[in-house]
Amino acid sequence: MKIILKDVNLFHPEQKLNEKNTSVLLEDGVISKIGNLKPKDIEKAEVFDFSGKYIVPGFFDMHVHLREPGREDEETVVTGCNAAANGGFTGVACMPNTQPALDSAETIKLVIERAKDHLVDVYPVAAATVGREGEVLSPMAELFEAGAVGFSDDGIAIKSASILRRVLEYSNMYDMPVIEHCEDESLAGGAMNEGFNSTLLGLPAIPSVAEDIIVSRDIQMAEYAGGKIHIAHISTKNAVQLVREAKAKGIRVTAEVTPHHFSLIDDTVKSYDTNYKMNPPLRTSEDVDAIKEGLKDGTLDCIASDHAPHSIEEKEEEFQYAPNGILGLETEIGLTFSELFHKKILELKDIVEKLSINPRRILNIPVPKFDVGQEANFTILDTDVVWTVDISKFKSKSKNSPFDKRLLTGKSVAVINNRKMFYNDGFINI
Amino acid sequence: MPLSSRHLLGFQGVSKEDIQLILDTANTFKEVLARPIKKVPTLQGKTIVNLFYEDSTRTRISFELAEKRLSADTINFSLSSSSVKKGESLKDTVKNIEAMKIDMIVIRHSAAGTPYYLTKISDANIINAGDGTHEHPTQALLDIYSIREKFGKLEGLKVCIVGDILHSRVALSNIFGLLTMGVKVSVCGPSTMIPRQIEKLGVDVIYNIDEAIQENDILNVLRIQLERKAGENFPSLREYAKYFGITKERLDKNGKEILILHPGPINRGVEISSEIADGSYQIILDQVTNGVAVRMAVLYLLGTLN
Repeated sequence: MKIILKDVNLFHPEQKLNEKNTSVLLEDGVISKIGNLKPKDIEKAEVFDFSGKYIVPGFFDMHVHLREPGREDEETVVTGCNAAANGGFTGVACMPNTQPALDSAETIKLVIERAKDHLVDVYPVAAATVGREGEVLSPMAELFEAGAVGFSDDGIAIKSASILRRVLEYSNMYDMPVIEHCEDESLAGGAMNEGFNSTLLGLPAIPSVAEDIIVSRDIQMAEYAGGKIHIAHISTKNAVQLVREAKAKGIRVTAEVTPHHFSLIDDTVKSYDTNYKMNPPLRTSEDVDAIKEGLKDGTLDCIASDHAPHSIEEKEEEFQYAPNGILGLETEIGLTFSELFHKKILELKDIVEKLSINPRRILNIPVPKFDVGQEANFTILDTDVVWTVDISKFKSKSKNSPFDKRLLTGKSVAVINNRKMFYNDGFINI
Repeated sequence: MPLSSRHLLGFQGVSKEDIQLILDTANTFKEVLARPIKKVPTLQGKTIVNLFYEDSTRTRISFELAEKRLSADTINFSLSSSSVKKGESLKDTVKNIEAMKIDMIVIRHSAAGTPYYLTKISDANIINAGDGTHEHPTQALLDIYSIREKFGKLEGLKVCIVGDILHSRVALSNIFGLLTMGVKVSVCGPSTMIPRQIEKLGVDVIYNIDEAIQENDILNVLRIQLERKAGENFPSLREYAKYFGITKERLDKNGKEILILHPGPINRGVEISSEIADGSYQIILDQVTNGVAVRMAVLYLLGTLN
């Protein structure tokens, strides 16, 4: 099938490409011509008018929970991928805290198999230790061979420094990143950030130092043992500074931040709305400022959603008993453009790096190229469209988002990958 | 003048006028309680559910008595949070109770914010009888009422709340209520039991109990909540009693007249010695009597709003 993406701006920072008002011809999902389209090219082609829109290398969310296997009532690989496509992503990395955990080649293959034939590429992150229990190394070589792109005990930090050391050393043989949920176990267990607001609300709290301690431990271990450490969902001012200093020293550390950690603060918990309950918890405006600074100066490499679907009945519990986490995939781009692009924290180039190029580099996944002959892997963006979040239109199986009814500026209008296009609320084979 | 809210969820943000109104109304009911026939028909026909997800003796009995004295129909629903966690959700329980056409819910729950959540899912008037380590407004009311009764005023008095501030819903409600009423408030306890940034509320933090005695007119001595793992925050009960316990020797040494409040139940020999608990400085049992009067006032004011 021939399709033409008409009057688009082609933007690819890695290729130093910024071509305004051009058209792209795709044949069977492959880029066959950029610009200078002749009448012959247009013949029998379906034309999509994307005037004023940007085509960027397909966005990639390196931290999502797809809940399969185990909690298919909350999300499946397929519904999660649908949410990703609707949110503007062509690839995701899914976390291993499923039931059972993704700690065997079989479970890794199951997830990959479930995503087969989808527009969205799914790359599983495997558990670093068996059952994520922090005692015994998972079969890391086998997991790598089965298709895992990183190791993590996400949900908790790798339990002890000695196991972390071995995980780093072993994963280094395959140049695989170790993705850490940084939270000291003995300080964990609270329902919100510790501070003035937790004093006011009487809720058990998690101090920011719980994160800082593990970020510090992990950085020092990466320096000592080698390997690549990736700090998941960074949330504190001090942690951002620790990563900044480690990078300056040349330690191989990277970090991601979620949209909710740069757009919300712990004041929101005053509503006792469990959609503001997540781990790491929402922090203070000081932390948000530090995160924005870290995004700006490159300390923070990626934006990732920590997409965490939960059933309505689970989220309708009392605040301190409700599970942590919120949906992310379908509001991520809107929040990024509203809070960072339009508020002049990041430029389009930075956003494409943090949402497409850097996550793939960290996970050793090739970055899509905009060259003739390459398969099209595109996110098509309208950076200026104003829209209202409506969770009833989400593709995710769950509905736990605090952003319902929020006005956002900027969204993905279409994604293309694997000879498929998601456009106008549906998938089209191209 | 009616109350400005349909619910009593806590004292954060409650106006001086509202607190004053409840205290003044409680005066009337205290007088009723002194009569031979202690019952008034004010809430006849109203149904009040006491929904207690946490063990409580005095608060539940106090509410129940207050409700009965006002001629309301009362239903007690006591269950432990843990067994409920396995079965019906709070929302379903409340929806079911509400379907039986009730007017008010008095709720005690181990999770902070639960009364607030109830206002979202129920049309009943909600009264917080203690939510986790958040607030316990009627306890603070009876403390404030008792202080006012004793001193004939509130403005300008100095109150120190002593002990486990971190795990105390009584402390937070007292702080909000007392500050609103123009009382100078401080807290005193081991530093591990003082919540973060509490001074931002406008209270002083004191770590020395003798200093607290010297500088205040009233000590509100909190119970060490051993059931909330309070014991992890200090070396031993012995050490706590030695450095923060209120004993006769300590009061004598300071040579100062001071009023002692305690919300009960008392850990005798820990936060307060038996001699003090039974002695002339304290008004612990007056507090209990006043508890019924202030709860009658709250129930009356909310129950006659609609």
